[in-house]
Amino acid sequence: MNADWLLQNSPALIIAIPLLAAFLMPVIDKIGRRARNAFAIIILVIEEMLVLFLAYDVFGGNIHIYTMGAANPLTTVPAQAAVPIRIVLEVDAMGIFMAIISATVCLAAGIYSLAFIEEEKGKGKYYTLLLLILVGMLGMELTGDMFNLFVFLEVLSIACAALIAYRSNTGDAVEGAFKFLIISSIAALFVLFAIALLYAQYDLLNMAALAHAITYSNLDKIALVLLVAAFAMKCGSVPMHFWTPDAYSVAPASITAILVAASQASLYALFRVCFSLYNVTLNLATIGGALIIFGLLSMFIGVTMALPQKDIKRLMAYHAISQTGYMLLGVGVGLYLLADPEFSTYGIKAMEGGIFHIINHAMYKGLLFLTSGAIFYRLKTRNLNEMGGLGHSMKWTAIFFIIGALAIAGIPPFNGFASKLLIYEAAYKVSPILSIIAMLVSILTLASFVKVFHSAFMGPKIHDVEEVPRSMLAGMAVLTFVIILFGLFPGWVVGNIVHPAAQALAEQAAYIQAVIGG
Amino acid sequence: MLRTTGGYWDPVLWIIAFIVVAIVAYIIRAMGRSDYSGKGEQRKPYISGVEEPEKEAVHIRAGNIYWGFLESMKGYYNAMMKIHTGIVNDYISWFVGISALLFIFVFLVEVI
Repeated sequence: MNADWLLQNSPALIIAIPLLAAFLMPVIDKIGRRARNAFAIIILVIEEMLVLFLAYDVFGGNIHIYTMGAANPLTTVPAQAAVPIRIVLEVDAMGIFMAIISATVCLAAGIYSLAFIEEEKGKGKYYTLLLLILVGMLGMELTGDMFNLFVFLEVLSIACAALIAYRSNTGDAVEGAFKFLIISSIAALFVLFAIALLYAQYDLLNMAALAHAITYSNLDKIALVLLVAAFAMKCGSVPMHFWTPDAYSVAPASITAILVAASQASLYALFRVCFSLYNVTLNLATIGGALIIFGLLSMFIGVTMALPQKDIKRLMAYHAISQTGYMLLGVGVGLYLLADPEFSTYGIKAMEGGIFHIINHAMYKGLLFLTSGAIFYRLKTRNLNEMGGLGHSMKWTAIFFIIGALAIAGIPPFNGFASKLLIYEAAYKVSPILSIIAMLVSILTLASFVKVFHSAFMGPKIHDVEEVPRSMLAGMAVLTFVIILFGLFPGWVVGNIVHPAAQALAEQAAYIQAVIGG
Repeated sequence: MLRTTGGYWDPVLWIIAFIVVAIVAYIIRAMGRSDYSGKGEQRKPYISGVEEPEKEAVHIRAGNIYWGFLESMKGYYNAMMKIHTGIVNDYISWFVGISALLFIFVFLVEVI
C-alpha cells in the first residue's frame, strides 16, 4: 500500500472504515472495556489522519473523484453510457473542509466520552452510534450523488436520534429524540421528493451531471424550495429552529457537540444545492437575499432567546442557532454581492467569513457544550440557578469555558473575532444595518456568557466537587488548541483552507468538469 | 495576518499591544501603597458601617441576572414564548408554512 493508492482510495476509505468499525463495535465490546475504548479512539484517530491526508492534496487544487464499484475509480462515465450511473464521491475543497470539522469534533467528543459515559449503560451501542453519526456526516460531505446524500442524511438522523435518547431513563431525553426524529423524517421526505422530481426530469442522480443538465423549470424550482426548506430546518435556521434546544439540551454533552457538526453538514448540503447544483440558473441576489433574511432572524432571535434561559445547555443551544445565523449571513451576503461583478471581491470575502465561521463555530460551540457536560458530570444538573463557585475547584473547566465564551462572543485574539470581522466588513457593503445587527448580536452573546460564567464559576464555593477526569479535559483541550491556533493564525487558515473552500463553492464549472469532463 | 476588505487583522500585533498595556498597568499598580497587605481587615468591604452579609447570601443567581433587560423587553419575550410552544405539531406547521412562503418567493421573483 503506497501513498498514491491511499490517496486515490481515501474518499471511499474515509466512509468505509467507520462504517465497518461501527458494525464491529458490538463484537469488540464483548472483549472488554479497554478494547472497546481503544478501538473507538484508534478508528477516530485514523479517520482524522485520513481526512487531513486527503485535505492536504485537495487544498492543493485537486478535486478527488471516486466511482464506487468501477474497475477504475476515476472513470465516472462507463463506456456503455453517456452519463455517470454509479455512485460517485466528489471531494472538493468545501467537502473536505467540512470533513475536517466532522472528524475533529468526533475525535474530541470520543476522547471526552471515555470518562464521561463510564458510569452509563450501553457503552458499546454508544460508540457504534457515534461512529455511524461520523459515517453520516462524512457521507453527506463527500458524496457527489443526490440519492446517496439522502441515504447518509437518514443514517445521520437516525443515529443522532438514538444518541439524543441515550439517557432513556429521563423522559425529556426521549421527548427530545422523538421531536428530532419527526422533524428529520419530514425533512428527509422533502429531500426524497425533490430528488424524485429531478430524477423524473433528467434521469440523473449525480450532482455534477444534474447541475450540467438543469434548466430551472417549474419542477426544478419546486425541488429547490423543498431542498432549501429541508436543509434550512435541519441546520436550525429560524423560524424552523424549535427542535434545536429540545434536542441539544437533553443529549449527552459529547453528542451535543457532535450534533453541532451534524447540523453544519445540513448547512453544507444547503450551500451545495444553491452553489453547485443550481448556481448559474439562480437569481443570485434573490437567493442571497433569502439567506440574509434567514441569517438575521436566526442571529437575533437565537441570541435574545438565549439570554433568559436558566438551563445551561438550552442557553447554549439557542446560541448555536444564533451562530448559524452568522454563517447564513456571510454566505448570503457573498451570494448577493457576487451577483454584481463590481463587488465580487467583497462577495468572496463575505463567503470566506461565513465559511470560516462554520469551522470556528464547530470548535468553540463544541468546546462550550463539553464544558457544560463537565459541569453536569459533577453536579448532575443543568440548572444555572443551582450552580456557583465552580471556579474554585474546576479550574481547567473554567479556563476552557472562558476561551470558548470569548471566542463565540468575537473577542480578539480568538478565532470567532477573525471570521466575524470578515462578515461585518462585507455585510457593510450591502447595508450598514446588517453590520450593526451582527455586532449587537455579538454584544448580547458576550452578555449571555458572562451570565453563565458568573452563575456557574464565580461566587463562593457552594459545591464540594473535584475537577473532571483527564480524558474529559483532553477532549476539551483538543478543541481549545484548534481555537487558539485558528485565532493566532487566521491569515494562514483563510488563505490555505477557507479560501479554497469558498472558491470551490463559487466555481460550479470546476465541480461539473471534474465528473463529466469538457 | 488576515487581509480583509477594509484593512487587516494581525493577532500577534494585538497580543504584543496587550502585553505592553499589561506591563504599564502592572507598573502603575506597583506604584501604589506599599503597606497594603491584602489580608484581614484590609480585605473587608466598607458598606457604611453595616455588617457584611455572608457571601452565600449575596451570590446573584442566574434567574435574577439581566432582570431589567428582560422586563423592558417583556412584550417581545411574551410574543417569542408564545411561538415556542414545545409541541412538535407546531414545529411542523412552521416548517410547512415557511416552505409555502419560499414557494411564493421563488415563483414571485420570476413574475416580477
